[in-house]
Amino acid sequence: MSAHAIAATPEIYGLMAEFPDPTSLVLATRKTHEEGYRNMDAYSPFPIHELVDAFDAHDHRVQRNVLVGGLLGMFGGFGLCYWVSTTAYPLNIGGRPFNSWPSFIPVTFELTILFAAFAAVLSWVLLSGLPMPYHPVFNVPRFAEIASEKGFFLTIEATDPKFDRLRTADFLKGLGARDINEIPN
Amino acid sequence: MDPKSTAAGGTAVAEYHEHPVIEPGHTLTSVTEKISNVVLRGRHPIPWYIVFFIAFLLLNGLMVSVGWLLLKGIGIWGNNQPVGWAFDIINFVWWIGIGHAGTLISAILLLLKQDWRTSINRFAEAMTLFAVACALMFPLIHTGRPWLAAYWLLPYPNTMGIWPQFRSPLIWDVFAVSTYGTVSALFWYTGLVPDLATLRDRAKNIHIRRLFGALALGWRGSARHWARYETAYLLLAGMSTPLVLSVHTVVSFDFSIGIVPGWHATIFPPYFVAGAVYAGFAMVLTLAIPLRKWYGMEDFITMRHIENMAKVMLVTGLIVFYGYLIEAFFGWYSANEYEKYMIVNRMTGPYAWSYWCLIFCNGLMPQTIWSKKLRTNLTWLFILSLIVSVGMWLERFVIIVTSLHRDFLPSSWDMYYPTFWDFSTFFGTIGLFTTLMFLFVRLLPMISIFEVRTLVPEAKVKLKHDPTVDDFDVSYGAD
Repeated sequence: MSAHAIAATPEIYGLMAEFPDPTSLVLATRKTHEEGYRNMDAYSPFPIHELVDAFDAHDHRVQRNVLVGGLLGMFGGFGLCYWVSTTAYPLNIGGRPFNSWPSFIPVTFELTILFAAFAAVLSWVLLSGLPMPYHPVFNVPRFAEIASEKGFFLTIEATDPKFDRLRTADFLKGLGARDINEIPN
Repeated sequence: MDPKSTAAGGTAVAEYHEHPVIEPGHTLTSVTEKISNVVLRGRHPIPWYIVFFIAFLLLNGLMVSVGWLLLKGIGIWGNNQPVGWAFDIINFVWWIGIGHAGTLISAILLLLKQDWRTSINRFAEAMTLFAVACALMFPLIHTGRPWLAAYWLLPYPNTMGIWPQFRSPLIWDVFAVSTYGTVSALFWYTGLVPDLATLRDRAKNIHIRRLFGALALGWRGSARHWARYETAYLLLAGMSTPLVLSVHTVVSFDFSIGIVPGWHATIFPPYFVAGAVYAGFAMVLTLAIPLRKWYGMEDFITMRHIENMAKVMLVTGLIVFYGYLIEAFFGWYSANEYEKYMIVNRMTGPYAWSYWCLIFCNGLMPQTIWSKKLRTNLTWLFILSLIVSVGMWLERFVIIVTSLHRDFLPSSWDMYYPTFWDFSTFFGTIGLFTTLMFLFVRLLPMISIFEVRTLVPEAKVKLKHDPTVDDFDVSYGAD
């Protein structure tokens, strides 16, 4: 949190607005992004693709990491078979070449998948900052109660340069929010 | 899961199917309550206790059997020369095959955008994990000294300087099955996280709340997190699809790479994969039919799910039956004395009963579900799913025992008879599997709550057609 933000908005993480249904949340998120807010987030109890598009919350690092993980597994897997069979423990089986690569394919394939799968899971967990035992949004009782069941919430963080306690609250009201709360830090 | 397409698919589907994927009248709240209450405030049905008790007894039998095995060695089993592989490998292949339906439902049907997978994927995946655990036991205890298996199976630098033999299908199997188990667990856990957050928020007891809270990793349903989550989930599904096909292919290599008549056949990989899916769907039905009734989940696991699973079972059953025909054809067409003898011996030899039981269970009985009346009759479907499980077990018995007991040299011929310990170990793993499955339905949501939410009408995003939308997406997507 920058010094400026603390000075402007002491003690709070941001503002949270609740919306009655997924459609109004998507529209509100889009308008908020159009208005110029960037340090914002939207919350829903199930994935909503339109929401991700509405404030461009895509993160292409997941795909990239999976590719890197898969390639590591592939080269690592083949390298392991090759090194073991030609260098570490060469076995002459019926005069077959030590580097009998077709029989290394199954292990190479399995390790490709294994590493890529770990990359996928670690990416979504770690890039999302999880595991995170504490987060200010849970200080809003309504959020803690229904966010994982039927709540549709939009937050604008106090760190956003455009954030102003009163003006931002008015802006959110104008979007048709059902209820607006300050999020204590 | 694209909510837009699911919603659209939902309406289209309602027009063409008499049974929807979720019964009408459900809301986000009712879905959440219905599924999470089983875990949090569940009163469990009487049959749960009865089945769990029997399963737990069998599990104890497994402990005794494995204990006795470790004490005495594998001589307590009926394995001999030439039948060096018997119950252990039959059961291994049987369990691994059963696991395959879980991955098929969770991964392949996701990629094919089949919305009916949503309410059955969670417990089908759990079934995969527990089936893989049962399967893994057999090759390990078949070594007789599983604590030595570490350096026989895994490539790690040891003081003896010994490394595994990477040209052997048995080592491929180690990598395939362990990768399969690991990736299935990752996939399952990823799917569970948003539901664990729901349980955390709904739990009243502070300790339960903390436990689910720790497992949920602090999930809060942020759109940024959902975006990464969905990408990762889709990629995991994409990876699991070739993985699941590779696993039973590699398992079939254990046989087809060998030159034993009855094993050395190119049909094996596809025939094994189809058999795995067939056995797996039978097991999903065996579990789903009673559980949906006991826990009142008929609204989420509707007749549509049941009927679709029956259809998948019928189709894969036909592929398996085609495999049997091709095996017989190749026996004759090979013009090889040993291959011809193998197939004649299978049909008329001392184990002919097992072959004809197999044809009865896997070839004839599934044909009954061409009839819609029988396909939607839950009692019949439950009985049939048990028959199919028996049939698939017999298939592995036929492949393994009838191929091995007549070796190339008649002087080596011998009969194989399982002992009490063979049976107690096998039934013990059924006990282990059932115990784990029944604990799972009590401790974790058996149906994916957040995915079922996307099927509810409330979850639909209704955007009017707005020409500025595209401009918006393009302008922000570009930077």
